[in-house]
Parts: sequence; structure tokens; C-alpha cells
Amino acid sequence: MARKLLLEHINVPGINTLDVYRQKGGYRAVEKALKTLTPDEVVEEVKKSGLRGRGGAGFPTGMKWSFLAKPEGVPRYLVCNADESEPGTFKDRYLMTHIPHALIEGMIVSSFALGANTSYIYVRGEMMPQIRILERAIAEAKNAGFLGKNILGSGYDLELYVQPGGGAYICGEETALLESLEGKRGNPRIKPPFPAIAGLYGCPTVVNNVESIAAVVPIVNDGGDEYAKIGIGRSTGTKLISASGNLVRPGVYEIELGLPVEEFIYSDEWCGGIANGKRLKATVAGGSSVPILPANLTLKLANGEPRLMSYESLSEGGFATGTMMGSGGFIAFDEDQCIVRNTWNFSRFYHHESCGQCSPCREGTGWMEKVLHRIEYGHGKMSDIDLLVDVSKKIEGNTICPLGDAAAWPVASAIRHFRDEFEWHVNEPVKSLDTNYGLANYAEPIAKAEVTTGN
Amino acid sequence: MLKVEEQQPVEFSPALIEKFGEIIGRYPQGKQKSALLPMLHEVQAELGWLSTVAMDKVAARLDIQPIEVYEVASFYTMYFLRPQGKYMLEVCRTGPCCLVGAEKLMNHIEDRLGVKEGEVTPDGLFSWRGVECLAACGYGPVLQIGPEYTFYENLDEQKVDALIEDLRKK
Amino acid sequence: MSDTVKVTIDGITVEVAPGTTILNAARQIGGDIVPPAMCYYSKLEGSGGKCRTCIVKVSKGSEKDPRPMPKLVASCRTTVMDGMEVLNITSPEVIEARSGVVEMLLINHPLDCPVCDQAGECDLQNLGYEHGLQKTRYEFERRTFERIDIGDKIQLHMNRCILCYRCVFTADQITNKRVHGILNRGDHSEISTYIQTAVDNDFSGNVIDVCPVGALTDKTFRFKNRVWFTKPIDAHRDCPTCSGKVTLWYKGEDVLRVTARKDVYGEVEEFICNTCRFDKKKTADWTIEHPTHISDASVIASNHYETLKPLPVIQDNPQLQQANKVELEKTTKF
Repeated sequence: MARKLLLEHINVPGINTLDVYRQKGGYRAVEKALKTLTPDEVVEEVKKSGLRGRGGAGFPTGMKWSFLAKPEGVPRYLVCNADESEPGTFKDRYLMTHIPHALIEGMIVSSFALGANTSYIYVRGEMMPQIRILERAIAEAKNAGFLGKNILGSGYDLELYVQPGGGAYICGEETALLESLEGKRGNPRIKPPFPAIAGLYGCPTVVNNVESIAAVVPIVNDGGDEYAKIGIGRSTGTKLISASGNLVRPGVYEIELGLPVEEFIYSDEWCGGIANGKRLKATVAGGSSVPILPANLTLKLANGEPRLMSYESLSEGGFATGTMMGSGGFIAFDEDQCIVRNTWNFSRFYHHESCGQCSPCREGTGWMEKVLHRIEYGHGKMSDIDLLVDVSKKIEGNTICPLGDAAAWPVASAIRHFRDEFEWHVNEPVKSLDTNYGLANYAEPIAKAEVTTGN
Repeated sequence: MLKVEEQQPVEFSPALIEKFGEIIGRYPQGKQKSALLPMLHEVQAELGWLSTVAMDKVAARLDIQPIEVYEVASFYTMYFLRPQGKYMLEVCRTGPCCLVGAEKLMNHIEDRLGVKEGEVTPDGLFSWRGVECLAACGYGPVLQIGPEYTFYENLDEQKVDALIEDLRKK
Repeated sequence: MSDTVKVTIDGITVEVAPGTTILNAARQIGGDIVPPAMCYYSKLEGSGGKCRTCIVKVSKGSEKDPRPMPKLVASCRTTVMDGMEVLNITSPEVIEARSGVVEMLLINHPLDCPVCDQAGECDLQNLGYEHGLQKTRYEFERRTFERIDIGDKIQLHMNRCILCYRCVFTADQITNKRVHGILNRGDHSEISTYIQTAVDNDFSGNVIDVCPVGALTDKTFRFKNRVWFTKPIDAHRDCPTCSGKVTLWYKGEDVLRVTARKDVYGEVEEFICNTCRFDKKKTADWTIEHPTHISDASVIASNHYETLKPLPVIQDNPQLQQANKVELEKTTKF
């Protein structure tokens, strides 16, 4: 059995209550941090742990914390990003639903480390049930003296609030989230300044994903060095993977980073293979934004070695033959799925979710969606395929926030790896309406290293 | 430009007005605009949608210009700027759910309710629409119903039929 | 920290105050190397960063940290560092990316320049000429909105809008109450009052001047004339509300419209009030100063006095002056 740090007690009845959570060792980290450690020592443990942001960018959390400006007399804020909206990702919902105190404990320890006396958990508005769960849990924690004034006699004060979003993927981008928390439209800010200097209400702010915050609890309990022993290379610790699509057992799994992808998909300990006895065609390994990979490149690197579930291994080969860890939203496509249709679906998502602030994303996402729709519905032209690649290039890197990249990558990667399927859609406009291109050669063993085409 | 369909005066309940105070208390002095999103959720839960009159009252409570409320309410997808059915079935239409049959399910709901996406059934009970990823991809297809956003997972046509029947009887 | 920092843009070095943006440093150099700006407006705090036309390549971050920046940056919102090196028109990558942005700005634009009052003084038109493709690659129906009046003097043509947010910043910062804003999101975003409220206050007309395209136009000038047939004259009056410094746009004896005075980047020098803009349209209302300087590159200049200056070769030669007597008399009329 793999080690579990976040979900160890997930199946214990009543773990969503403070009492049971405490029986299972909950709030030890708060006691340890507030009574025996200084804020800087907590930051140091997190740095040592090598924990990388679990929201998608994978930036080292400890380093992010150490960038926080600390001017005299200016409040600092910790904001938890629970605006989980990346297609394929549902781990934060799972964690907040079943073990809300893990997040709250993490928030208390992290706020203490950063010197924040007011912290917010920004939860996407659609997760109203989770908002209620968190509000209840906060009330419990407050009653037990873990929140409020002079926590555990340490002299440290903290108020924790839950803020609902209003329905906008873009608010998962940290500066858009802060705008939204200030009661505005979720338009990402132009950086610099970064939130660590001027974030919420213009004050120094750290924004962290739910899972990152929750991971601070075992890091403080067991020490950063212990945490860093788990995993592989610079991918330390455990990671929640949201598995969805055509799998025997979709769901949220806590893995030790470094697990082979093949084992994750096919082992009975994890997803149990592809549903309905079908074969794997492709995967999106880290949430809809990351490049899609055909089955063969999912399981093996271009040099034939097994691909692992780690930041480095997943991105091995760059965009030519690799993908990204992202938020850990693992979507599996079986042999009967249509890559063109899925690409159109994703691009509709980004079109719908573009905030409309900067021109390449506002106009380009809609353009790509329309062209993909045309191809999917049998009206495509061969030149459309190159047009899509070109439009995606004109969006990528030229926008205010990463949504532009997130919209461009799925399209560019789908065409990079599944170009024959797009061409088939153009050549067979009628047949492609009710037949699928099938597995083709996407699962065939990798013969030799592919020629890197750049981009 | 959006036309104003209704200009009916609205009254907020005392409970709602009290709730406003509690929400505003979560933020530092002078940053009360932060209360806007949660307040709009509360108003919508009470009134079913956000009329201009209701939004103007929220603006007045927060001491901001009405346009600041309109801008926000129209940006986020959860706020209804026109009346909806009592039960708004919001079905996830994004990739992972489509891999397991969300599109078929939406067609079924359309047939079953007899109204197109975004329309209201003649009895005023139901509306439905496709929404983007609800972050429950492993349990698809999924749908949610406001104002508490109760969640229904692993749906198929029978389960949706049963759900609609249950709601009708309520 | 020293008083100035050195930045090199397209090989030209300039010393500027710390905190200056790349765009403003480029404007201090002037000429072709100045990136185009559709949304940035130096007089409006918080503007810029959105349209992405002013993107440039930072090939050297600073003297201290010479690493290049990984992505192209918006020059209007990126501050210079000492020793920074920037490529604008000397970088094919920048030119290509900018063409891409222009293409994006145009795919949903109605391209109705022949009937647009802004034609001839439109930033998007200029940008299109410089960077645009001759033929669009966009084969779908363009986004359309109803044309609406926001107030009795201002018309909003949302189809033409590029969502620069300048008019929103203007309403926030110049007027006492903002009633219009950006509604909806993504490519459905629109400038609107949401309900049919008139934008009505003393300075509302300035949204016309800050609009880089023909989305907000002056109804009192609507279809009166093409700007290149009118002659701009700087004038002033003693106005109790604003500076009263304006440009009058003449056709023959008539003042067809009044605008604020604009600098070489199309930005107003001082915002003017609605009385000056909409209600003072007689020469008698004004003290005439001199013809407005119009850039030779502008289509408006084709009909302008300054271009009729005698060529240097004529100025120096009494015989040629005599031969061109009639023409030269015309040029000295004003």
C-alpha cells in the first residue's frame, strides 16, 4: 500500500467532524506550530519539504511564501484557492467534502507561518454544499479554540472566512481570484506587481491551492525532511490525482509521486484499467489545459522508458512528446472516443470561460471553437487544421494570464499527435458524423525517438 | 443591451438583511464591496433571480454604483438576470462528463421537459442548461440544482426521470 | 538608486526616470520605434495591458539580471530596468505577434470604415494598414450588437468596440459618477449602461475623445463630414468648467465639431466639458489660436495648410517665389 498523508483517514466514519478528526491526530500540527515553532521555522519546514503548488503551476510553495513582503503595519493575507474548475480536476471538492478540517488545520498553520490574521477560502460558488461544510467546520474549530483570538494561548489571532465565487473558471487564476474576492469582475491583473507584494486590498498576499495548504499539515507534523523522502527527485510527497473518463474506477487517489503511469491506469489498487474492456487511446494527464497524449506516449517516454506520475517525467520530451502534471486531473479516453470532438468541447470551454479582457484570448478562443465545430460537424477544410495551429500560436504567450496558453495547448497538441484523425474528419465529412476514427496507431509501441518538431 | 423585463419593487426579508450585515462583517473596514458576490447569492436564493431593482438595493447597501453590481452579476454565470424555472437543472457539458454520456443526458432532459436550453416550462417549475465543468468529473454525468446547489452524480436517464418526478411532487 | 535608468530600444539608448514604462521610454525617443497603444492612455490610471498591440521583446532584463524575459511583454505596463534592452520593430517575432493581435482585433470588427465617423483618425484603421492582412481568414458571422444612444449626444456602436476600457476609466476618473461599464464576459462583453440610463454629466463627452475606434462617436457630428475634409484649428474660450482649450473642426465657415486637443499619440492634452464640446459651435464663441498641427502621415493632413508650405528650394529662390506667387498667397491666408 502506498503512503497516504491527506486521505489516510478518509473512510473513518465522522471524519468530517472535529471530534473524530482530532481522535485521528487532527490539529496536532496547529499545537506543534503555535506552541513550539516560530513562523519562520514553519516556512523553513515547507521549504525543506520541496512541496510544489498543487493547483497546476507546480511552483515551490515554500519559495512562494518566502517572497511575501512584510512591510510594517500592513496586514498580510492568506487566500486559499478552492475555485477548482479545471476540467478533469475534482480532488479539492473531495477533500473539502470528506475531510474539511484538514484544510482548516492547514489554513491555521499556514496563516501563522505567513503572519496573516485574516484568511479567506475562496470556494467556487457551485460548491455551495462544500461551503456549508467548511462553514460548519470553521464554527467547530472556533468553538474548540483553534480560531479566533489568542489561539491556544499563543497570542496569535486568526479569523477564517469562506468566500463563494460566482461561476467563472478564470477566478482560479490567482489575481482574478483576488479581484473576485474584492467584489469585482474576475479579470486577471496585469503583473507585476505580484500578489506577494500587492495582492488582496493592495496588501501582501499568498494564494495557495487547497491541496497545497492541506499538505502543510503532515509537513509540520512529520517535518519537511520526512515529506521530501516521499516521491522522486524534485517531485516530493504525495499528490491527489483526479481520475476520470473511461476508467473502471474513476475517482480521487492519493499517490506517491513517481508511480508509473501504466500502474496508475491498470493496477487494481488504482483505476483498474479501461472501462468496458476497451483499449486506451489517449490521456490528458493534468487537467484539460495540458497537452493531450496518445496512449503510447502516455505510458512510455519517447526513449521507451516508462513514464512516471511526477512533474519531471510527465513533462519529459517537452511539448513534442510530453505533457504536464498540471493539477493532476487525469482523463482517460478509450478507443471509441473522438479526439476532434473532445478538442472542440475543450475549446468551447475556454471560449466560454475567457474573461474577455485581452484581445488574443477574447477573439482567438471563439475563433478556434468555431473552426473546430466546423470540422467536427463535417464542414471542415484541410486548411482549417493549419489555421488552428496558427491561431493557437497567436494566442499562446501573448495574453495577460495563462488562460490563453491553456486554450491554445489542447488544440495544438491534439493536432500535433492526432493530425490524421483531423484529416479524416475533413476527408470523410459524412462518415465522421456517426463513426469514430478509432484507435488507429495511437497505442502502438514507440519504435524510436520521434523527431522533435519544435513548439 | 439587456432589456429590463420587470421593474417590480422588491422587499428583502429581515433575515436576508441581517445576513447582509454578517457578510459585510467578514471584510476590513471600507472593503465592503467584497460582500457583493455572497450577497448576490443570498438575494438570488430568496428571490430566484436578480432584477435590476434588487441589484440597485444591493448597490445602495454597499454604497457602490449600480453599474458595479451589473458588471459583476453579468460576468459570473451563476447569477440569473431574468426569471428561471423554480428548479434550474444545470448539467455539466465539459469533456470528461461528455466521455460518459452528458450530451445524451442533455438531449433526454430537453425531450423530457419539452423546453429548450435556457427556457422555462409553462408551469414555471423547470429550466435546464448546460454548464461548464462542475469539478466532479469522476462521477459524471452530473447535474446540480440551486439555490443550495444540491448535487446529483453518476446519472442516467432513469435517474434523471425519477429526479424530475420527485421535484414535481414537492 | 541613481536618478535615471538607461534603456535601449531598437538600438537607441535613452535615459529615463525610474518607474517609467517601456512604452513611455519609447515615446521619449519618438518616431517609428514607439509601440502602438490601443488601450493604454497616459492620463487614465490603471489603463493598458489589455489590447496587447504594444507587446515588445525584452532581450536583456537589466544590467543586474541580463536574462531575457521569456514572453513578449506589454510595453505599456512593464517598467524599465537599468540596462534593459528592448526590441520592437527590429524583432520579427514582435512584428508577427503584433500582426496576430491586429488580426484578432479585426475578426469581429465590422470594417465599416466607409460609413464610420472615426475613419481617418482611427487607431485601429492605422494599425490595420500597418499590420493587417489584405484578406480576412475569419469565415464566420461577425458579432453584432444594436446601436444605442447613451445620452442625447453620444452614440455607442458596440460592433466597433475593441474593449480597451478607456471610456470606463474616464467615467471613473474624470466624471463624478459612472453609469456605464463592461457587461457580460468573454467575446460577449459589451459596453453598456445595462438599463437605458443616459450617461449624463459635464464631462461625459470625453469618452468620445478617448475611444480609439468609432465605438463612441459625437452625435452632433454624425455623418456631417469626413474628418479629412475638415480643417482643425486650435482655439480657446474662458470656460468656467474646464480649461476651454479645444480644437475646432471647420468645414468652410462652419464649426462641425469640437474636440479636446490631442497630442501626437492621439491622447487629449486636457479633458474638456460638454458645453465646450457640444454647445459652442460658432466661431464667435472662441478665440482662434492657429491651425492644429497634424502629422504628415495622417490622411487629415492631405487637406491641410501645413503641407502647402513652399518647398525649401522655392523659399530660397526669388524667381521661383515670383513664379508661384498665387499659390504662396493661399498659404499665408491663415
